[in-house]
Amino acid sequence: MNVLRTIRVSLRALGRNKMRSFLTALGIIIGVGAVIATVSIGEGAKREVEKRFEEMGTNLLYVRPGSQSFRGRHYGGGSVQTLTADDAKAIQEKCDAVQYVSPSVSTRAQVVYGNKNWNTSIYGVGDKYPEIRNWDVEEGIFFDENMVKSGQKVCVLGSEVNQNLFEGADPIGQIIRLKKIPFRVIGTLESIGESGGFWNRDDMILVPYTTAQRRLLGTTRISSIDVSAVSGSRTEEATRQIEDVLRIQHKIAPGAEDDFNVRNMSDIAESAAESREALKILLGGIASVSLLVGGIGIMNIMLVSVTERIREIGIRMSVGAREKDILFQFLYEAIVLSILGGFLGVGMGVVGSTLISKLAGWETLVSLWSIIAAFLFSGFVGIFFGFYPAWKASKLDPIDALRYE
Amino acid sequence: MSSNNNLIQLENLKKVYKIGETEVNALGGVSYDIKEGDLVAIMGPSGSGKSTLMNIIGCLDRPTEGKYLLEGQEVSTLDKNMLARIRNQKIGFVFQTFNLLSRTTALENTELPLLYSSTPAKKAKEMAYDVLAEVGLKGRELHRTNQLSGGEQQRVAIARSLINNPSLVLADEPTGNLDSKTGKEIMDIFQKLNQEKKITIILVTHDPDVASITRRRIYLRDGLIIKEENE
Repeated sequence: MNVLRTIRVSLRALGRNKMRSFLTALGIIIGVGAVIATVSIGEGAKREVEKRFEEMGTNLLYVRPGSQSFRGRHYGGGSVQTLTADDAKAIQEKCDAVQYVSPSVSTRAQVVYGNKNWNTSIYGVGDKYPEIRNWDVEEGIFFDENMVKSGQKVCVLGSEVNQNLFEGADPIGQIIRLKKIPFRVIGTLESIGESGGFWNRDDMILVPYTTAQRRLLGTTRISSIDVSAVSGSRTEEATRQIEDVLRIQHKIAPGAEDDFNVRNMSDIAESAAESREALKILLGGIASVSLLVGGIGIMNIMLVSVTERIREIGIRMSVGAREKDILFQFLYEAIVLSILGGFLGVGMGVVGSTLISKLAGWETLVSLWSIIAAFLFSGFVGIFFGFYPAWKASKLDPIDALRYE
Repeated sequence: MSSNNNLIQLENLKKVYKIGETEVNALGGVSYDIKEGDLVAIMGPSGSGKSTLMNIIGCLDRPTEGKYLLEGQEVSTLDKNMLARIRNQKIGFVFQTFNLLSRTTALENTELPLLYSSTPAKKAKEMAYDVLAEVGLKGRELHRTNQLSGGEQQRVAIARSLINNPSLVLADEPTGNLDSKTGKEIMDIFQKLNQEKKITIILVTHDPDVASITRRRIYLRDGLIIKEENE
């Protein structure tokens, strides 16, 4: 019995009981669909992160207190308060590879306007912050050097906060309350969008860091300094200059460890991309478990199928089917089921990831390799889990099989 | 190896089954010859060993002792695959319960043996149409099993047993599940096949009406032949 004939026999056998065949393949369909969808979410998230970091430019530096830690996770980075505004000033004055600096503090606060209420992040930053981050003010103005110096109670709203509190009305000049303290709105930011679906940069309010320190936090420390280098090529140079200046500022003895660390945005971008990749693999791995479960489902149903068709196997054997013929018939049934299931699963996965990107706004990317891998995997699942039932079927004794009730 | 026209030579066939710890002597030493074109009945009460004998003759089972020569070739010691080959090429089965594939057409049921002899699909279909016409099912070829009456199903089974031009047809209580009128029709078919086509037919039965069309009979009891009749 040649391969094509056997496959046709298998297809016909599957067609005789379409509902059962579909239910058997359902595990594979869902498994493959889940793998494709989750991997595409992970891939999309990674791509989005890469895009955002590309937009930000390669000349951004980021100074945080606490010593250099493992791969971007700052152990105790927030609890060790060693940076001050004077540090920022020193960097600005003494590092010629540095263009702008902006000290930064942050907190969360309840924001009130009239009867509207919103809980959001408050970032206290310097007047050069928009230039460093390459963001534009949409309406009004950003705070200037004087406002920062005198610690004025002014603020600039992120587009989502603006929308939630003012709903399209003009916010400029209005008074809103941050932690019950009145602030005057002097500007709004353009919509920046989400970064990889995890940080909504439109949901924040910017105030002068001096105001934040004095009025909202009651501290003289700052939690970080954003720095832009004069150009992408001088970023390395700027990093070294900053480190030298800060070691002097903090009176760190030669040979002693820094009590700060300077991160390059591209380092951060790389580790963010790596963590997204890890997340993607993790999600894909979990979804693959469901694929495995689908395979076990195939095996179970095929075993039941074999039991139900013992008579049929006996009949086939009595007219001359050899063990091999029976084995391949049932094996091909399992393989056909799982590949068809893989096919439908890929379709479902593509539809699913398109839906998700439309509904949740996350970017998704279905890659060709994930489709090919899903197909191969489902074929393999069919062979592996279909083999035992097929083997059992082939080993039946024809006389017993014919007598089976 | 004897060069006579003995289709089948059984020499002292014995079969012992092991059921758990007990041994059952299904056949105690059966010897018999069947010539080409014979119409033979194997008779006996249940437990006499006639099913066992039929299974051995039909190459579904192997004897524990003794020899079985089919067309001069010893088949008693062949392996499973070879036996399957012989069943496909040389033997046709007709069962009491018809044993057709469900949800399958008469045509597909009939051409089943050709699937395992690697006959091309188109030729198989033609052959199936022809043999179905021979058993009087012209026009019914595309009916599924559940759309056929008992008598029609048995005709399909007979067609299936004939399609590979076998050396012999084994029928186990072929009318057991049919009413007497339909049963008579089926027996007429067997008779016609034997007389006109010279096909060797062995009927295993306890029904005297079935045995009445045969010219030779053997009676089994407790695994041994106790009587032979030749007309």
